[in-house]
Amino acid sequence: MEFFLISMLNSLSYGLLLFMLSSGLTIIFSMMGVLNFAHASFYMIGAYFAYQISVWLGFWPALVIAPLLVAAVGMAVERYGLRTVHKYGHVAELLFTFGLAYLIEEAVHLVWGRSSVPYVVPPSLDGAAFTLYSTDYPIYRVFMMAVSVSMLIGIYLTLTRSRIGLVIQAALTHPQSVETLGHNVPRVFMLVFGGGSALAGLAGVIGGNAFITEPGMAAAVGPIVFVVVVVGGMGSLVGAFLASLLLGVLQTFSVALDYSFADLFAKFGYTVDPDTPLAVLWNLTISQTGPVLPYLLMVLMLIFRPKGIMGSREG
Amino acid sequence: MLEVKDLHAYYGKSHILHGVHLQVGHGEIVSLLGRNGVGRSTTIKAIMGQVEAEGSVIFKNEQMLGLKAFQIAHKGLGYVPEMRDIFPTLTVEQNLILGMKGAKPDKSARWNLADMYRLFPRLEERARVEAGMISGGEQQMLTLCRTLMGDPDLIMIDEPTEGLAPKIVELVAELFNEIARRGVSILLVEQKLAIALSISQRLYVMGHGRIVFEGTPQELRGNSTIRKEWLEV
Repeated sequence: MEFFLISMLNSLSYGLLLFMLSSGLTIIFSMMGVLNFAHASFYMIGAYFAYQISVWLGFWPALVIAPLLVAAVGMAVERYGLRTVHKYGHVAELLFTFGLAYLIEEAVHLVWGRSSVPYVVPPSLDGAAFTLYSTDYPIYRVFMMAVSVSMLIGIYLTLTRSRIGLVIQAALTHPQSVETLGHNVPRVFMLVFGGGSALAGLAGVIGGNAFITEPGMAAAVGPIVFVVVVVGGMGSLVGAFLASLLLGVLQTFSVALDYSFADLFAKFGYTVDPDTPLAVLWNLTISQTGPVLPYLLMVLMLIFRPKGIMGSREG
Repeated sequence: MLEVKDLHAYYGKSHILHGVHLQVGHGEIVSLLGRNGVGRSTTIKAIMGQVEAEGSVIFKNEQMLGLKAFQIAHKGLGYVPEMRDIFPTLTVEQNLILGMKGAKPDKSARWNLADMYRLFPRLEERARVEAGMISGGEQQMLTLCRTLMGDPDLIMIDEPTEGLAPKIVELVAELFNEIARRGVSILLVEQKLAIALSISQRLYVMGHGRIVFEGTPQELRGNSTIRKEWLEV
């Protein structure tokens, strides 16, 4: 029970973080039709910016300034990069974001070096929030969840209550009609790209110190974010939310469970020994397969339900 | 008010319009007729900056070609696309509100939300319903009202009566007259000859990406050669 509750809480905080990352990606995708390969790079520079600012000014200013800086970078990328490449079609845009991801990684190498930086949880958020049975649950995890949930409510209110939110929702399906009504759609695209980048940056700010801030962090989380978007259904925010939580649970629980097929067979009185055919496969534990489960889920999803949990478009 | 000269338009490599000339005066209702695929919709899309075009489009003494669609809308040109171009996930009322160019209702605008609901009570009944859920005819009304909310000085309407019940068609024709009475010019792409003849002051007939006839309803009624060659199926 203790294991279950703690893992559930960890799944939730990780899942919410994934959602912060994938929500930006999925909004950008449904609006512009571009799968932004550099999205996880914005997560990484969010963490690095936060590290640098927290060295100079402290963690709290970093929490506000770093996402804003990432938003500025994102808007510049859209305005001076993507918008120019746009006329050559989606393949060119895809290649552009692909190249950008490498460019950002190299830039991070140049500025902060190849190893991780000591971006740590601030002392004021270090320690236990509460004790569950015998486990101290860290304040920082609770803080992460609080930030993610307030962000979620923020996005929801912006999209449904504000005028710019209405314009964004309309432009998701009919960008041309929105423009002929006199709305500056190119500017809305830029703001959305900046907003999505800021969300990724914020995820980097609160995730960078909870996990580790290193040049490989974008490459580590990038594929998972794509899994979220594909499993949730391309362009669906609700789908991305469900998929994020699902993957959070999948990844958190799978690393902790040491069961294998051999254990299952043992229950029925059949023992797997080294001579059994495929013995290696039967002896694999769930925790060993943990890293591959998200991709397995994605492949199965693409085969059996290509539009994802909530997606409306095919493939 | 609107003067189009030698308008050429392209979709990729195919050349759709081969030098279209047309004019619309203040408060005038002008129809653009022709069979499917002769370039009527492309003409108004080109004027609205939605397709690649060359030539000249002068509106209120300003060149429109080269401007972006949202800038053209701000100059006072309204565009009502073909059916089902509503925003399906937003409510009927949100659709109408997005028709306004600013965040606050403009007091000097010719139309407001109350006007739209008075003209089409059905839209008021369904104000809070997602626009994707209302009938095709209601969606048609909604796109028209949405554009009117932006208070255009000239409104270009693509196939407004397509698929509408005869009773609604009458209502729409009446609305066009009211729009013109308020000093708004109309450029209409219409399939139904009878409506076009009854409400327009002037008509153009298109064929193969060019204007092949220009005149009053009376002149078109009297010209059976044009009707046979370019209109009747």
